[in-house]
Amino acid sequence: MSNLKNVTGPLSANNPVIVQILGICSALAVTVKMKPALVMGLSVIVVTAFANLVMSCLRKGIPSRIRIIVQLVVIASLVILVDQFLKAYVYDVSKQLSVYVGLIITNCIIMGRVEAFALGHKPWDSFLDGVGNGLGYAAILLIVAFFRELFGSGTLFGMQIVPESWYIANGGFYSNIGLMLFPPMALILVGCIIWIHRSFNKDLQEK
Amino acid sequence: MGLRKIVDNMKPTFSEGGKLSFLASTFDAFETFLFVPNTTTSKGAHIRDCNDMKRTMIVVVLALLPAFLFGCFNTGLQVGLAGFEAFAYGLVRILPMVCVSYVVGLGIEFAYAQSRREEVNEGYLVTGLLIPMIMPVSTPLWMVALGVAFAVIFGKEVFGGTGMNIFNPALTARAFVFFAFTPQMSGEEVWYSKWSMMGAQTDGVSGATALEQLATTGEMQWSATDAFLGFIPGSFGETSTLCILVGAAILLFTGIAAWRTMASVFVGGLAMGYLFQALGVTEFPAYYHLLVGGFAFGAVFMATDPVTSAQTNAGKYIVGFMTGALAVLTRVVNPAYPEGMMLAILFMNALAPTVDYFVVEANVKRRKNRIKTVK
Repeated sequence: MSNLKNVTGPLSANNPVIVQILGICSALAVTVKMKPALVMGLSVIVVTAFANLVMSCLRKGIPSRIRIIVQLVVIASLVILVDQFLKAYVYDVSKQLSVYVGLIITNCIIMGRVEAFALGHKPWDSFLDGVGNGLGYAAILLIVAFFRELFGSGTLFGMQIVPESWYIANGGFYSNIGLMLFPPMALILVGCIIWIHRSFNKDLQEK
Repeated sequence: MGLRKIVDNMKPTFSEGGKLSFLASTFDAFETFLFVPNTTTSKGAHIRDCNDMKRTMIVVVLALLPAFLFGCFNTGLQVGLAGFEAFAYGLVRILPMVCVSYVVGLGIEFAYAQSRREEVNEGYLVTGLLIPMIMPVSTPLWMVALGVAFAVIFGKEVFGGTGMNIFNPALTARAFVFFAFTPQMSGEEVWYSKWSMMGAQTDGVSGATALEQLATTGEMQWSATDAFLGFIPGSFGETSTLCILVGAAILLFTGIAAWRTMASVFVGGLAMGYLFQALGVTEFPAYYHLLVGGFAFGAVFMATDPVTSAQTNAGKYIVGFMTGALAVLTRVVNPAYPEGMMLAILFMNALAPTVDYFVVEANVKRRKNRIKTVK
């Protein structure tokens, strides 16, 4: 039972993005469209889970002064694996994500979870914690991307949702909100999610 | 007084324990709108004055009226009407925008005040009129509504309401609409009304504003006098520098706007304009900058916003000067934004507290040194 808490906790009460405020930068960068956001979310789930697992297995054998460099090697190899995998199977998305796949290495969530959790817990717990935090990150990414793609491009996963005849160019009244395509709007959306989330979780509110 | 009696009769219903007590803030807002509140402070030293925030805001609205009325006239004028017809056309054209701005903005304000059990703040009286005046006249109403909602919620309420905001709410609304719906806020089409009624010639009327013409070709098709009087296309309320100056006179005479900020914005703009002219970057006279676009409007009604501008006297000079200089800098150097006033004011809004901080620190230091020399 306690294992399960490692997965469900980071989904809401201890969400990495909106509670721990980690990994904001990539949340702003890859959420213009749903598809890259989904792929990014999945990649981070894989990397956090296995980085946690590997580091947890190694935790007793690593002298603490060189642990950061070992973590970096582990995370970097995992990221390269994911990157190559994406290039092989979903090349178009990989091109859209461009440097951000490589930058998963610098995603604070991964380093943060390895440091804060994996180095002090058993492998299976750490693995679940990685999955949970990855899921929490992916969930926020998808929510933000949903609004940004729907209102910024009128599409979801590349499918036209807003009828073409609504647009001003076609004699209608509607126009996409161009601001949604800019990172500032993603920040405001994350802010809104935090706002709503805290209003339901009173214990998280800062005094 | 009949009205006083009616209000008094309604009061128990809205007071605590009454049937509609959850609407107390709304009732209070309307009561104080109609009558000067009769409550007085009971202890401590206070300066008593019948002037309160509602009265202050109304004076600003009065100061906006000349520019507003001229905006109505000019809107009709730009689509080929003349005289009273032009005025009526413009008035009918702009009223829906004003209504949307007030209904949406005040609706959100009331809802917030109600949920926080606070009094409704008066700040929106001015903001609600400013927003339609700084938009192109053909802006779709739902975009105005969205901009207003964004400005009131994210520009104002999240910071704690009137008096707490960092950025001028009216300009926040314009900035939102400008970046969200760029095609509807710039270019050649949007400055002319497209409603064909009262015999207005709306077919094929288009053209760049004086500002865009100056930015691309270095000259404009209107004379400086026309630009000063306001017979040029542009956002609804910003075209007539003369009417804006009348408003400025009202604000300065009543002491509501800070003359230091206002004057130094003009000085800053002029200085930057002359600098570019001397360097040969621009070929038109520097004072054109003050006549076209939203420069005068921004300087008089937006840069002087008592909440978001600098609070110290020295800070007012610095922030004002920087606002004017940045506006002209953006206009001349950045080809993507022919109008720099909005961005300049918002930017200096963000910096104003920092400027104030250094001014206060400098003052503290100066006085400390004075003590040292006495010793």
